[in-house]
Amino acid sequence: MSTLSISVGPQHPGSGHFRIMVKLDGDRIVEALPDPGYVHRGEEKLAEYRNYIQNIPHFERPIVHDSSNILFAYVSAVEDLMKLEVPERGQYIRVVMAELNRIIAHLYYMAIYGIFVGHSTMFMWPMGDRELFIDVAQMISGQRVTFAFLLPGGVRNDMPEGVKERAEKACDYFEKRLVEYEKIFINNPLFERRTRGMGVLTKQDAIRLGVVGPTLRASGVKADLRKDEPYAVYDKLDFDIPVSQDGDSWARAWVHMEEMRQSMAIIRQALKDMPSGPVKLNLRGQIRAPSGETFARTEASRGALSFYLVSNGGMMPYRVRLITPSFRNMIAIPHILKGLLLADLPPAFWGLDYWPVEADR
Amino acid sequence: MVNGATSNIFVGKLKDILQYSVKAPLRYVVNWGRIYSLWPVHLETACCSVEWGATSGPRFDVERWGMLAAFGSMRQCDVLIILGTVNRKMAPRVKMIYDQMPEPRYVIAFGACALSGGLYFDSYNVLPGVDTIIPVDIYISGCPPRPEEFIQGLIMLQNKIRASSVR
Amino acid sequence: MSETPETEQKPPERESKLVDGLTAKLGKDVLEVDIKPKRIKVKVKPERIKDAAEYIKNELGFDHVASVSGVDYPNDQELEVIYHIAAYEREDLRDLVVALAARIPRQDPKTPTLTDIWPSSEYSERETYEMIGIIFEGHPKLERLLLPEDWDDIPPLRKEFKNPGR
Repeated sequence: MSTLSISVGPQHPGSGHFRIMVKLDGDRIVEALPDPGYVHRGEEKLAEYRNYIQNIPHFERPIVHDSSNILFAYVSAVEDLMKLEVPERGQYIRVVMAELNRIIAHLYYMAIYGIFVGHSTMFMWPMGDRELFIDVAQMISGQRVTFAFLLPGGVRNDMPEGVKERAEKACDYFEKRLVEYEKIFINNPLFERRTRGMGVLTKQDAIRLGVVGPTLRASGVKADLRKDEPYAVYDKLDFDIPVSQDGDSWARAWVHMEEMRQSMAIIRQALKDMPSGPVKLNLRGQIRAPSGETFARTEASRGALSFYLVSNGGMMPYRVRLITPSFRNMIAIPHILKGLLLADLPPAFWGLDYWPVEADR
Repeated sequence: MVNGATSNIFVGKLKDILQYSVKAPLRYVVNWGRIYSLWPVHLETACCSVEWGATSGPRFDVERWGMLAAFGSMRQCDVLIILGTVNRKMAPRVKMIYDQMPEPRYVIAFGACALSGGLYFDSYNVLPGVDTIIPVDIYISGCPPRPEEFIQGLIMLQNKIRASSVR
Repeated sequence: MSETPETEQKPPERESKLVDGLTAKLGKDVLEVDIKPKRIKVKVKPERIKDAAEYIKNELGFDHVASVSGVDYPNDQELEVIYHIAAYEREDLRDLVVALAARIPRQDPKTPTLTDIWPSSEYSERETYEMIGIIFEGHPKLERLLLPEDWDDIPPLRKEFKNPGR
């Protein structure tokens, strides 16, 4: 059997800054090996040269459109070492920001998915609706994507007037839009033909490979750290975890869609239940974590994200290990692409929601 | 107008006429055609591509200014937008893509990392600015720049093309 | 060594119950146990790391590796390799993370791979190999992952590696 090797990426509309070395037999993929590293910037080493506050803008750069969730894990790690207790209002605002970011990131996923299957409307609609949630987040934090809003001990500032009304207006509008998304995209026969049965990951394989996030939940494992290990105030909020048993690319898109619904429910509840009070602790002077180590994790939009932080009591961390959901999902790429046609590579690959910047760090 | 008596003069001056027309009216026409059909290469190098996606979206919609969708081959494109950090593994690929693009080609450095390394100025794996490997026409600062800044940079690029000569 | 101050301050019951089986099996080869709520750290002798891993997977039911890290301790001339292990299958264990650690000498940083026990550790081990220079013996594909192809310096996360300009 003679095979043909081609490299998809790093300049390819279907890959982003990433390369997949594909071995083809005719049109069939017999082997697909990921080749990351095109955005590796050495975050873990740079963190050893910066103090705990200077690291905040650094650690949101790997996932700019999901910045609050990655910082959530980082500040939890620092707070765990310093034994800080965040004021309740601060925790609620954190949850609001995290869920806004989840919607923003999921809408970006839907938009790019639209491009990957050649559905231009599905690029334009989510990109436009995304701006509504960016506006709400911008009202709170003052930035479009990189909020740098979460600090050790709370959040940077309180919410201004009118956020609640604006957020609810955006949610009201977007709930109606989601029904239309289902009509033109998720339940579109063309989209179903492109994604049903593509890139199947069974439940056993998903557990064996240790994938995370919507990819895991699309394979039938009902695991979400917001429920399993509730951090902040997630245990006081009422929401569901959408799970699909199919394990294919279509199920992944569906899980993303349903998660946006749940995120909106969380935002509404959090804005309603939010108590008044301070939003952060008054930490004076240089932040120094006492020596020790901690492992903090949160459920980012793409899945479980963890920080392993080792401190020796100095101004800067001794060692920071950042494991991102995309890096953990990368192991599934050779698995799900094997046996597909080359033309099915983009929809099956993007179903994983693989974001190379996040994986390379 | 062109008769036996004047044709010699006309043919003799054809080169001058052509040169003059390329210099002013034709130059204007060619540049006018170029500035409103800029095809960018689809090359994402880092996280700034998120904001670039927003600029192609409906709210900011750079197509209004003549920046088209990025789905062509780099052999047919005129603009290379460096979206953020270029690291040592990506640098040879960026150079290779730039070399494959036909003349005239323009490069926009988008984001602090593409300008100078940005936040990663002391990283072991990041280039100190993309202009160390390829020439850059327009620099857009920000981390990441807002879509409005991208539009401003695009208008600057169009002004630059408008003022350039045609060979 | 297992008499750490944490064990005196009444550690959480569920976590210490899990660890007791491991300490009973490995005996003196468990060098250090650190129990916090929902987080367990077990440091074992490097030659017993595979036995400990098999016990954690088969007896305790932790089915995937969340991260593999390496930490450089140049003062002790040692490297520490840490596996953070979590569970999906058993719902009662999902909030727990077990850290399995071993210290290996810096001059000869070799440790057996755990990819045959947890396939999910494959890429993390590869990254640890190139970033800190720990050689995982028996790994199916111990190659460069993130660094450029022409990288010829020492692994960047070693403490003696200095970033340019620092």
